[in-house]
Amino acid sequence: MFELIIFLVLMTLGYLVGQYAEKRHYKSIIERERKLKDLHTVASRFPPPGKRHEQCLVMGNTVISVDYFKRFIASLRNLFGGRITSYETLLDRARRESLLRMKEQAQEMGAEYVFNVKYETSSISKGQKNTIGSVEVLAYGTALMRPREEL
Amino acid sequence: MANRQIIANGRFSRIRDIQANKNKEINMLISNMEIIPGKQIQKHLGLVQGSSVRAKHVGRDIMASLKNIFGGELKGYTELLQESREEAMDRMEQQAKGVGANAILNVRFSTSSVAQGAAEIYVYGTAVILE
Repeated sequence: MFELIIFLVLMTLGYLVGQYAEKRHYKSIIERERKLKDLHTVASRFPPPGKRHEQCLVMGNTVISVDYFKRFIASLRNLFGGRITSYETLLDRARRESLLRMKEQAQEMGAEYVFNVKYETSSISKGQKNTIGSVEVLAYGTALMRPREEL
Repeated sequence: MANRQIIANGRFSRIRDIQANKNKEINMLISNMEIIPGKQIQKHLGLVQGSSVRAKHVGRDIMASLKNIFGGELKGYTELLQESREEAMDRMEQQAKGVGANAILNVRFSTSSVAQGAAEIYVYGTAVILE
């Protein structure tokens, strides 16, 4: 009985706080993405020919964790199969946040483009029955700046 | 470039300062592209690498397990991984300096979790001499 109460409390807390945090995070992501949309990130391996640029390695990383409620839903999904939306949004948030951090770093340096953007994902901690606890996403690329003589 | 990095302020200023200091000391160019616009590669010196394994103190782990209930970003771990990545890159730079390179191209990162709360960061790239 006592265990059931703890479980229910954790579920409600996880649901309410998790939903609120996710909504707030998405709001801030969308806002910052709009602010940084003029700085282009390109997955191409080679820089534009004929232009001289200064360059620097930039990166951004995020470790993000899924809440109790969503983990429970995901473990239910494991029975029936299908899309696990709760993990999809988790990874989506982590990726976009990392890219934004990388872009913010590039913008501070006065970059024009970020080239050769690569993502790298790893799960940091595994919970019971190998459920994903938290994931880390790293985004990195080469920021190209106009040479200083031209500024 | 070092000057520009010192002028820039804000959230990344600490990393920026470290990078600026590094640039002053050894002037190593690090890039994850295969070529540098406007520069020729004179000599390839082979693969250089750096790695670091780190864990955070118990307090952070308790905070992290709380976050596992509520969800959200684990700032402690983000910081931890960032620090260890810097250290790994530092080691890679030292190695490149040892073989006499002035640039590292095509840099890649890789992460693997070794134990609960500890992670290994591995960085590798090609050491070259640019003219």
